[in-house]
Amino acid sequence: MKKDGFDRRAFLKSAVAGGAAAATVSVPQSVQAQPTAATAAATAQGYAFLNPEEGAFVEALVDHMVPADELTPKGTDLGLNIFIDRSLAGGWGKGDRLYMQGPWKTGVPSQGYQLPLTPAELYRNGIAAANVHCVKTYKKTFDKVTAAEREEFLLALQAGKVTFENGPPSRTFFTTVYQTVMEGMFADPMYGGNRNKAGWKLIGFPGVIAVNYQNIEKYRDKPFPVNPVGIADMS
Amino acid sequence: MAKKLKEVDVVLVGLGWTGGILAKELTEAGMQVVALERGGMRSTENDYSVPHVRDELRFVHRHDLMQNTQRDTLTVRNNVSQEAQPMRRLGSFLPGEVVGGSGVHWSGHTWRWTDQEFKIRSLYEERYGKKFIPDDMTIQDWGITYAELEPYYEKFEYTAAVSGKAGNLRGQLQAGGNPFEAPRQRDYALPPLTPILASQVFSEAAKNNGYHPFPRPSANASRAYTNPDGSHFGACQYCGYCQRFGCEANAKGSPHMTVIPIAMKNPNFELRTHAWVTRVLKDSTGKRVTGVLYTNTLTGEEVEQPARMVALTAYAINNVHLMLLSGIGRPYDPVSQQGVVGKNYCYQTGASATLFFEGRHFNPFMNAGGSNATIDDFNSTNWEFDRAKAGFIGGYNVGGGFNTALPIGYRPVPRGTPSWGKAWKSATAKWYQTAMNISASGAVMSNRYNYYDLDPTYRNAFGLPLMRMTFDYKENEHKMGRHAAQVINDIAKSMNPTSFNPAIARTEPWTVVPYQSTHNTGGTIMGTNPGNSVLNKYLQSWDCHNLFVVGANVFAHNNSYNPTGPVGALAYWTADAIKNQYMKNPGPLVSA
Ligand SMILES: Cc1cc2nc3c(=O)[nH]c(=O)nc-3n(C[C@H](O)[C@H](O)[C@H](O)COP(=O)(O)OP(=O)(O)OC[C@H]3O[C@@H](n4cnc5c(N)ncnc54)[C@H](O)[C@@H]3O)c2cc1C
Repeated sequence: MKKDGFDRRAFLKSAVAGGAAAATVSVPQSVQAQPTAATAAATAQGYAFLNPEEGAFVEALVDHMVPADELTPKGTDLGLNIFIDRSLAGGWGKGDRLYMQGPWKTGVPSQGYQLPLTPAELYRNGIAAANVHCVKTYKKTFDKVTAAEREEFLLALQAGKVTFENGPPSRTFFTTVYQTVMEGMFADPMYGGNRNKAGWKLIGFPGVIAVNYQNIEKYRDKPFPVNPVGIADMS
Repeated sequence: MAKKLKEVDVVLVGLGWTGGILAKELTEAGMQVVALERGGMRSTENDYSVPHVRDELRFVHRHDLMQNTQRDTLTVRNNVSQEAQPMRRLGSFLPGEVVGGSGVHWSGHTWRWTDQEFKIRSLYEERYGKKFIPDDMTIQDWGITYAELEPYYEKFEYTAAVSGKAGNLRGQLQAGGNPFEAPRQRDYALPPLTPILASQVFSEAAKNNGYHPFPRPSANASRAYTNPDGSHFGACQYCGYCQRFGCEANAKGSPHMTVIPIAMKNPNFELRTHAWVTRVLKDSTGKRVTGVLYTNTLTGEEVEQPARMVALTAYAINNVHLMLLSGIGRPYDPVSQQGVVGKNYCYQTGASATLFFEGRHFNPFMNAGGSNATIDDFNSTNWEFDRAKAGFIGGYNVGGGFNTALPIGYRPVPRGTPSWGKAWKSATAKWYQTAMNISASGAVMSNRYNYYDLDPTYRNAFGLPLMRMTFDYKENEHKMGRHAAQVINDIAKSMNPTSFNPAIARTEPWTVVPYQSTHNTGGTIMGTNPGNSVLNKYLQSWDCHNLFVVGANVFAHNNSYNPTGPVGALAYWTADAIKNQYMKNPGPLVSA
């Protein structure tokens, strides 16, 4: 969908073609992330962290994980890509509250996260490695593969069956990616995701509850009226 | 050179529950007290008010009120043959870092630990024989009795607005309460919370299985309340944002709205926030402490605060770290089993099942921190439960209900549901309202190889060695976990759910993710003599009589219960010992 006849991707691609974006992926130009129909909302909001290749990856990812159906609009229409972009651009993405001193060892799984990467760096390098893997396996970047291939790739990633050559551990990348998709879906809408509180409406979560003293009895084993309230609604 | 300030009577390191209690009690006794707190000031009106406190992302997943691992963390490993790695972000436990400490964001479950813990070795040896206790299980008696602590439990329960139902009033069993609790002189401060549907259906099932369910006692005021100190509580609103959040209604018993403001009104008290204590200082004899060294984290300046008495009240983990950094007491060595500081670190274990009931409405977003019904039939407090058959020491409690079931973290679906896509979405929508949990919390017995020391490699932002935690579950916990999983699954089946994800006993090693509980215990344990403990029964250092160390670090082993009942009671007990004995005659309160 083009808004105001302006294709962001086409513009960006022409601006960076052969430049830094290509270098990070090291895949042939012909199979690189191509302009797709970006949603109007995403286009209007812009990205603070994601570059075009990463934007394409994240948009494809969130629309795959949260497809449109009778229950909710699709991921980009819920702002999940915006949530992810803002998280990566902000303090959390930059490694706030992450002990970042070496030496760096892999350790054992029970010792938790041990990479010398902030979440933003993990995302950036993970997306590049994922695209290299997809090109090798499916001849196209993640955003251009078929839905079935995307599903196959994500399932393999989740199961730890994908090895990134010269990239971060694929499973750690997946864990972070999945966590941020779910956060985007269910965090307060003021963070950019969960647009129109669609994630909360999906499950019947009321959001900012103030008083429930009477409601425990009143709604015992009865549905609670679903009219979720966010922080912005009460500010 | 550190700037040296004027000497004061008492320095408190950390201002959460234990620091707050000591601050109030000791200033009231006329002592001049300075509290050094690494975190900033927070108030209910400004920081915990609606709507902005209702932010799951910020408070649960981004750890807003908690220790910042960028500055200080631990290294962790499961056993001595592993190389410890830093816990690079918080996960398994979440120590607080604001005025009020973890007491701001706790849930409030408040238990009385009994002689079943305090006399554990004697009782098990007497009943089951010496051989029943494995060689590497380093459980020992604590040197204190329930009778001594009973009035202090009551004091803490009334301060913190604990709502519950007595099970044993002065020896008389009370219907609806916990029949296995030790006798109490008075009922709880407030009646139990209104049960939610999940705890109700669990209670019915537990009863049908022959167990004895009771409402979990918790510091969530079931109605508006004024405590004996005059602190005002609102009634709990079952807002569903309890654990990890400050309470906007002042309904959760927390130090920042009870003991701390009282101390702050006292001219004898001074609070310095952003004051990170790095060391306790000793005199040349090594038998007295002379004060503490701290860094003002707003300026980077290093400051020495001399004091006639020091109390470490910096949470269970940090207290041990400070003792090791200060070189007070001999560090524990698991090979020779010599030394005491760092010994008997313990944690907890557990198992849980999720039950799905098509058509029911559990409204999991409406609950208090303590909206659980519990059974103690397999807990340490039930001495009738035959351990010879079960094959383990200690016990576990089982609860049904919800606590802070917010949607980023809590989205129950039957096992095998896809993690994304349309099927994930419809299952998430279908089961969120219709599921409930039954979960067990199990004790961890002390073990020779579970301990703390200083890490040889990694350092914190102050250039000091991180503390190293060596911990894993042992056979006792595995047996207990299997027993608990079986009991949970039997109860679950008897409830005829549409389907359920059965409880599975854990077999994998302890891991730093995900969150398990902030119930870390041991490291500077209390005991009967300097050879087996760091502190005497008044939590006074055997080495330096003007040093007291207060928190769950004094527990000689861990129980299935949450720790703050005895932590609060022991803080009052220690305050009384300081006021009534130590102030009159400073010196060891127990002769070594
Ligand atoms: C999510 C959560 C839920 C919990 N739920 C329960 C529950 O339901 N029931 C229960 O019994 N317990 C519960 N707990 C545990 C409970 O919060 C603690 O047992 C209790 O707060 C301990 O009191 P304390 O004074 O030892 O430590 P805290 O209350 O944590 O206070 C310690 C203070 O010391 C400060 N400090 C630390 N190091 C330094 C330093 N070097 N210099 C200066 N200041 C320092 C910290 O910033 C902190 O403010 C929970 C904890 C968490 C995190």
